[in-house]
Amino acid sequence: MKLFLKIWRQSNVDSDGNFQNYEIEDITPDMSFLEMMDVLNEKLIVEGLDPVAFDHDCREGICGSCSLFINGRAHGPDTGITTCQLHMRKFKDGDSIVIEPFRASSFPVIKDLVVDRTSFDRIQHSGGYISINTSGNTQDANTIPVRKEDADNAFDAATCIGCGACVAACKNASAMLFVSAKVSQFSYLPQGKVEAKERVLNMVKQMDEEGFGNCTNTGACEVECPKGISIKNIARMNNEYLKAKF
Amino acid sequence: MLMKLMSSSIGRKILMALSGLFLVVFLTQHFLINITSVFSENLFNTLSHFMGNNPLVQFLLQPVLIFGVIFHFVMGFYLEILNAKSRTKNYSKYSGSSNASWISRNMIFSGGVILLFLVLHFIDFWIPEMNYKYVEALPQDPNRYFEELVHKFESPLRTFIYSISFIFLALHLLHGFSSSFKTVGVNSKYYDLIQKATFIFSVAIPLGFIFIAIFHNLTS
Repeated sequence: MKLFLKIWRQSNVDSDGNFQNYEIEDITPDMSFLEMMDVLNEKLIVEGLDPVAFDHDCREGICGSCSLFINGRAHGPDTGITTCQLHMRKFKDGDSIVIEPFRASSFPVIKDLVVDRTSFDRIQHSGGYISINTSGNTQDANTIPVRKEDADNAFDAATCIGCGACVAACKNASAMLFVSAKVSQFSYLPQGKVEAKERVLNMVKQMDEEGFGNCTNTGACEVECPKGISIKNIARMNNEYLKAKF
Repeated sequence: MLMKLMSSSIGRKILMALSGLFLVVFLTQHFLINITSVFSENLFNTLSHFMGNNPLVQFLLQPVLIFGVIFHFVMGFYLEILNAKSRTKNYSKYSGSSNASWISRNMIFSGGVILLFLVLHFIDFWIPEMNYKYVEALPQDPNRYFEELVHKFESPLRTFIYSISFIFLALHLLHGFSSSFKTVGVNSKYYDLIQKATFIFSVAIPLGFIFIAIFHNLTS
């Protein structure tokens, strides 16, 4: 396949970026999108040019590192996948592909397609945990009975990998799906209920301080979420928040 | 409590949702009174006279309603401005239609059309009513309401503008009604019921208002 790439280039967080066009050939349909980016970067290095910076790590849809906005969609033209799971068979020979970083004021661009998502870390630090020492003396999980439905919902929420696609896809750059998943995964379980009030208040406070937008329930986040986190978690977090506030 | 909620993103969303639900209740009441004009001139006059002269309605519910309307619109624009700050650099290519409905992404637009309609509606009905009762202080006439209503809809242009506005109201409700319940944290087990209720309400009420406008235009 021959492809025409339009890629956002930005040298650092303070500089103004711009789009640059690249042509790339000999891309096979079985390549992953990131492998296509690798081929491009090898070509740029051989030509003595600066390779395109982009985030990646596990390349198997688990770590949540990759973060590209491809042809107008977070993680590209497919659902339920991360960018590293996107394959070139989703494109046709001669296609033009626009590749941008995730855009949000709370995700500043560090270089090219790499954005700073430490705002998510700070939200997690503000309450996304239970204050129990689990090192070496963890008791068996089955000693505390948990309804199957609650266990399933908690597990589903816990599958969030914090990639930020929800923020990227949302027209308001809202982080509500991410935060609600982190709140829900604990709120369904007896261990999480103890600190439920402080957790939701602190995490929402931190989310607001980071400058994320307001959720308007468009549902774009759950469509683009690689792990299929349900927007129902947002209603649950709102409920938790109201109970904690009053 | 208001300031407590205004200080957080979820709080602002909840206030927006509650004001929206309040307006839904008002809309239902407005529709139920207006639909009587189709089959009973007397009943419509009686109900309108009651609403227009009852002190509780006039001096408590009406100010609350006006506050609710203003609050909903001001909050809508305020939240839009806040959201714009959350993404100062826009995407060069953004495929919003691939993951969210046009209706849900354009609530500010449908809301803006409804605001313009409300200005027209106030000029048509509310301002003349206030003028009649409180400025000119004309004598009470319990039978004037039906004639005033029919007279307004003699104009095909007004009937057309009202009908188009009701379509935008339907679009606004199709997202806003169910979204409000989600925002106030209604438990997920009621989701399907809320979605069905949203569709029925959002289509039936605006369609009913269009029917009333066209009915009076054709029979006047």
